[in-house]
Amino acid sequence: MTLANGTWVRARAGDPAHHTRLPRYARGHVGQILHCEGRWPLPDDRARGVVPPRVEAVYAVRFRAFDLWGEGAHTVTLALWESYLEERR
Amino acid sequence: MSEHHQDVPIAVRVRQLEERVTGAGLVTDADLDGVLSRLYADASPVNGARMVARAWADPAYRQRLLADGNAAAAEFGFGGADGLSYRLAVVANEPGLHNLIVCTLCSCYPVSLLGPSPSWYKSLAYRSRAVREPATVLSEFGLTLPEGTQIAVWDASAESRYMVLPLRPAGTGHLSEVGLAALVTRNGLIGTASV
Repeated sequence: MTLANGTWVRARAGDPAHHTRLPRYARGHVGQILHCEGRWPLPDDRARGVVPPRVEAVYAVRFRAFDLWGEGAHTVTLALWESYLEERR
Repeated sequence: MSEHHQDVPIAVRVRQLEERVTGAGLVTDADLDGVLSRLYADASPVNGARMVARAWADPAYRQRLLADGNAAAAEFGFGGADGLSYRLAVVANEPGLHNLIVCTLCSCYPVSLLGPSPSWYKSLAYRSRAVREPATVLSEFGLTLPEGTQIAVWDASAESRYMVLPLRPAGTGHLSEVGLAALVTRNGLIGTASV
């Protein structure tokens, strides 16, 4: 799966029992794909010693502050591995 | 390593961690020293400043810098023969748009181009507030943006390291690239100053 630029996505909610690099403040929130940054090993797998780790696309995803915090006019862009995201329905 | 500052609590913790990983046979002290010396050799905000100055002076370089930060750094030889050890993404300030860099999860930062990160960059206060109330944070750094300026915060949560390309200050048309580079500060490259 490759997510096209401009796609609206939701960062996965929930709290995995292992290391992850999906910041808590973005979980469950909707943002928009700016672009794909490349492909890298999934830190969740690397931290658990999964061999080989999954290698996934990483996307720059832009969130509106208002969507994250309920206030604010700025944007916050995070870089997120594909399995952290689901297409917004 | 860590011959110094053994009385500082963090130094003790670091040394204990080093002893665990070397004791487990994961790395040697020489490996760790090598990583640190490679990380900090030639690391300086002068490097980032030189790239910014060239982007101001040369529109074609600016385009290359924004399209492929690693290739643009390699033009200066930064990172040595292997290039930078991370993906460099340069984000440009524009009239009405100001960029700010943070790593909320830890302290990711383009060390080779900005030098060792300032302690406040690694503080919980900066990391948590930069994404929540960036305009207030900027004002505490003494930076008040023009009314209506959009702030774009970049959280270095994965493999890219970000650097801000500040706006070229007015009245600098007479300056050489060297003179321009002298205007650029580390905070300007992070986004907590205008230049």
